[in-house]
Amino acid sequence: MQDHAHIRNFCIIAHIDHGKSTLADRILELTQAVSAREAQDQLLDNMDLERERGITIKARAVSLRYHADNGEDYLFNLIDTPGHVDFNYEVSRSLAACEGAVLVVDASQGIEAQTLANTYLAVDHDLEIVPVVNKIDLPSADPERVCHEIEDIIGIPAMDAPQISAKTGVNIRAVLEQVVALVPPPKGERDKPLCALIFDSYYDSYKGVIVYIRVMDGALRAGERIKMMATGAEFDVVEVGFMGATSLQPQDELCAGEVGYLTASIKTVADTRVGDTVTLARDPAAQPLPGYRKVNPMVYSGIYPVDGARYPDLRDALEKLQLNDASLSFEPETSAALGFGFRCGFLGLLHMEIIQERIEREFSLEIITTAPSVVYQLTLTGGEELQIDNPTNYPDPATIESAREPFVKSSILTPTQYIGTIMELCQERRGEYKDTKYLDDTRAELHYELPLNEIIYDFFDALKSRTKGYASFDYELCGYRDSKLCKLDILLNSEVVDAFSLIVHADRAYPRARRMAEKLKETIPRQLFEIPIQAAVGGKVIARETVKALRKDVLAKCYGGDITRKKKLLEKQKEGKKRMRQFGSVEVPQEAFMAVLKLD
Amino acid sequence: MPKPEGLYIHVPFCRKKCGYCDFYSVPGTQEDYDRYTDQVCQMLLDCPFGSRVFDTVYFGGGTPSLLGARNIDRILQAAASRHTLTGREITLEANPNTVDGAFFGDIHRSGVNRVSMGLQAAQPLLLHTLGRSHTPGDVTRAVELARGAGIENISLDVMLSLPGQTLEDILQTLQFCIELEVPHISAYLLKIEEGTPFDCQDVRGLCPDEDLQSEHYYRMVCFLEHHGLLQYEISNFSRPGFESQHNLGYWKLVPYLGLGPAAHSFLDGKRFHFERDLPAFLAAKDPWSLRQDDGPGGDFTEFAMLRLRLREGLNLDEAQAYYGVDKEQFLFRAQRFIPLGLVQQSGSSLRLTPRGFLLSNPLIARLLGD
Repeated sequence: MQDHAHIRNFCIIAHIDHGKSTLADRILELTQAVSAREAQDQLLDNMDLERERGITIKARAVSLRYHADNGEDYLFNLIDTPGHVDFNYEVSRSLAACEGAVLVVDASQGIEAQTLANTYLAVDHDLEIVPVVNKIDLPSADPERVCHEIEDIIGIPAMDAPQISAKTGVNIRAVLEQVVALVPPPKGERDKPLCALIFDSYYDSYKGVIVYIRVMDGALRAGERIKMMATGAEFDVVEVGFMGATSLQPQDELCAGEVGYLTASIKTVADTRVGDTVTLARDPAAQPLPGYRKVNPMVYSGIYPVDGARYPDLRDALEKLQLNDASLSFEPETSAALGFGFRCGFLGLLHMEIIQERIEREFSLEIITTAPSVVYQLTLTGGEELQIDNPTNYPDPATIESAREPFVKSSILTPTQYIGTIMELCQERRGEYKDTKYLDDTRAELHYELPLNEIIYDFFDALKSRTKGYASFDYELCGYRDSKLCKLDILLNSEVVDAFSLIVHADRAYPRARRMAEKLKETIPRQLFEIPIQAAVGGKVIARETVKALRKDVLAKCYGGDITRKKKLLEKQKEGKKRMRQFGSVEVPQEAFMAVLKLD
Repeated sequence: MPKPEGLYIHVPFCRKKCGYCDFYSVPGTQEDYDRYTDQVCQMLLDCPFGSRVFDTVYFGGGTPSLLGARNIDRILQAAASRHTLTGREITLEANPNTVDGAFFGDIHRSGVNRVSMGLQAAQPLLLHTLGRSHTPGDVTRAVELARGAGIENISLDVMLSLPGQTLEDILQTLQFCIELEVPHISAYLLKIEEGTPFDCQDVRGLCPDEDLQSEHYYRMVCFLEHHGLLQYEISNFSRPGFESQHNLGYWKLVPYLGLGPAAHSFLDGKRFHFERDLPAFLAAKDPWSLRQDDGPGGDFTEFAMLRLRLREGLNLDEAQAYYGVDKEQFLFRAQRFIPLGLVQQSGSSLRLTPRGFLLSNPLIARLLGD
């Protein structure tokens, strides 16, 4: 075991694209190079392997040896944090495993919304902040200004902040020296009952779930029986150790202050929830570590295979993804329009997009996704409480006593010239203005409380396009509020297409209905007959568009030389038809499902 | 007696390329015309498919009249020496302003009994837009000369959807044909093909829009039918008995042999063609070696898509007998298009209405199902 004084547990926090991963790569290289003096041969192998894989900390945490300028060797545990608001809870658990955070700020862009959000989160966890100014190699870099920003806005000293370029490798050592100097060594007592925080886990087909833990108190050895304090699940530990950059390094024990992994033939990540406390079954801790909560999906949508025959493949894909992602939930659902599919729950929009992309890329499945929905709370006239995340289950409006929808506290960082535009946008999205803080002469932070349902469609896109990409956005859930809801249905050729139904705020139904009808008119090609598109609330049509009938699509000349070509054309048309979804007699292209989600 | 087939001769020469045309044609010299004729004659004599019976012959192009009467005679002689020509219908496409009475007399004596000429439009301005060098007067003269030479079966081509064309222009053009009392008219909606000069000049914006084009088409169909020229195919109209027998052959899967660069054939169940390459054709020691295989032909898809181009339509009893098609299922699929006025059913036959003809691409695809 290592003495506490020479352990540094830290993470790197940054706004997206400010260079967090690149810095992590450089730190890895640098610390490996130090150990290279001790074991030259092995290092080369490792480096080759890393080069093949592209050096990135795939694992969420890595243990590194660092030989500091003071002549002493340190054990660094670098814990990666997901950079997006959807994973806020995971971030907070990762931070709870650390004593310090390296704050990376882009030397030209300065402080952004996530910089602030992550910094506040780190400060909430009593972490020591080590500011670093990155990308000083850029022509537009202005590290002096950014240091001032850090001091003025965040309120931490930054004049000594290392000015680095993770890309070119300049000054990386200075960052590590700062970590040694500023980040406090871990506390915790070896003799207390075991108390270890789970901050991540992943499924390995040989070892079962590999659980990443930070031991707060006590010690853990292979062979011990452990208990997960929140889920109550018990397991016999097979192995404990440190996470090397390229491989797991088994150890005899992990003890207070250390970061490492355990394996215990665990079959599913659902048993190893992030934030749970691991203790010993024979000598349990009196109290679990604070802060655990079960993460509940915030956004739901239906996922359907384009080719109905691939439904089993879709189930398989979701099951495999769930092995490593306990926050993904899914259950079978059927749609009159789309056939068999799954209702999936996600932490947020990004999470949803990641899952969709992984299904398409890793499993080569073409999918159709229905409009995302948040979870609404309804009280029926009979007093019954309902949670609704699927328009299909929306009850008869006459039976609804009251309805509530989730709100988020949002913060938007923007150059001051866009304040007006952003206020307009937030107003349109039923936002409630809180306040504006001027960070300096050119930038402001706006606070709004917004209904979650207004930001799950296209809020990011709208914000980006209206501010030329300069504004950044962050949010967290802040509870439920009373709301007037209604279900908006789309009818094609007088038949309801359930896959297009939405639950919306009553005041927003009309504009949304209009835009949806317009968008469908744009995306549904002219067909052999006229297609009325109607948007209806409670059986009342509130918007209508018409796709005019196709009038001419003919091969005027078809003689001896045209027959082969004409036949190919026919086959192409059949192919094209396969990319369409048939609703009654109407053919709807798959793009239509995506198009109605992006209405701005 | 073998079943009668069609013979198509593709003559790939034009003095000048028209802006809308994507048929294969290039300018040629008299030497080229003669050499070309030698090659076609040799192919007819060396035909690897044995001796055939040709019920119809069609000289298409290009501008077949450019070959001159002597070369046309040589080709027909060669065909007759190796194969059987029934002489039922021998058509030649001719350019109205480069023919004279002697030419028509000569080809008629060689056996040509049908002439097809391009009028396109009766308005000099539209002809100019199309890049045509003839005038409506040239067409009147050529029709009279052909008749004078004894060729009564005359077809004129007209075009719709031209840049700037109005309904009045179309009706005037059709009236012009009616007054000439030709028994056959082919009327084509202009389709601007990729790579043609029209495509490059981007004249699409000047053409009538889709709705107007369809209106023009219906008015044309009504006008011609009213004057006794009945629609027998999407783009073809005739007095009864004057339908193009050769072209009907294409739509009824009658086998045909096509000779010349870019000509297609459907013979003994196989489709093949010769490359769009005149120099290679002229230079070839054996032009048959330029044959490109297009795979088997004559399946139900072809049968149905071609029959549905015809007024007589698709007979599903026939389809069931030849191809084992599920007749009831096919008829069932067609039902939803009947109330839309696109398809008509009489007994076991389905046919497209004029509105259906204009939508035949998507319509036939849907009738054929998956």
